[in-house]
Amino acid sequence: MPSLAVMAGKKEEPKFELSTAPFDPRFPNQNQTRYCWQSYVDYHRCRKVKGEKYEPCEYFRKCYESLCPFAWVEKWDTQREENRFPGKI
Amino acid sequence: MTTWLNMSLQDGASPIMEQLVFFHDHVLMIMLMITTTVSYMMVTLIRNKQTSRFMLEGQMIETTWTIAPAIILVFIAMPSLRLLYLMDEVHNPTLTLKAVGHQWYWSYEYSDFTKLEFDSYMIPQEEQQESTFRLLDTDNRIVLPINSPIRLIVTAADVLHSWTIPSLGVKTDATPGRLNQTSFSISRPGILYGQCSEICGANHSFMPITIESVPAKYFINWVSKLSESSDDWKQVLVS
Repeated sequence: MPSLAVMAGKKEEPKFELSTAPFDPRFPNQNQTRYCWQSYVDYHRCRKVKGEKYEPCEYFRKCYESLCPFAWVEKWDTQREENRFPGKI
Repeated sequence: MTTWLNMSLQDGASPIMEQLVFFHDHVLMIMLMITTTVSYMMVTLIRNKQTSRFMLEGQMIETTWTIAPAIILVFIAMPSLRLLYLMDEVHNPTLTLKAVGHQWYWSYEYSDFTKLEFDSYMIPQEEQQESTFRLLDTDNRIVLPINSPIRLIVTAADVLHSWTIPSLGVKTDATPGRLNQTSFSISRPGILYGQCSEICGANHSFMPITIESVPAKYFINWVSKLSESSDDWKQVLVS
């Protein structure tokens, strides 16, 4: 089923699309922890390699934002700032 | 109040749950069939004249009562496995909801379009109104659109919990440090209730789950309203 584009009730309200991280065949299981982690690492690696303005990196951001609990992202952000993030970026 | 309705499963609010109800009835019919046959046999055994008391073997009947249960089991296993794999399927979700179990409340996160986060506590008995269900209603309900595939990510912050909505046929354990995924699609608007299903401490019984399922239009209004103050929401609108 294609993503559901929905018009909000009133005219002045903007149209927006309900979309989320798609199914990823690398993570076909109930356990999606790795999907969240990999997207987070990929996003920051992508930005490191391609530069901060590189648009396609935003795909990974969307994925990890949809999947990771906010607390996890905050924790990892702090770890990256303090140079003690356990993943390879 | 306990009514006779509590004796059976809740009405299905998702296609999967409807199938589960059918499967449950199907298995119950088979059970009824077996129980009837076995009780008939027991009654006749007791009441007959014991004419074949010294019969040593009967190949025919032994083959039959070995093969017949095998066939019956196949009729149970096939639909059961079909449902098991259907429940596992993720149907290209349009929305991801994150549920985080805490001692002793659930918190929810929506982050597909805007960052939205709230806690959901049980309404205590003193604050109840006429319309609230005791031990089941929460101060902040989860609002979800109907007829759209939803991905649910369940995790916990402290100990094991379990996120359950019986009328959706969904039950997923919440484990700290792990993201469990399940998916469902709600087929009608309404309010759905569930309770934590993994013993998680003193107030395990007092952290219910409440879903308000509404048409997609109203869901969007709800999201917009809740995130009006947030700045990054406006950025999403512009982009």
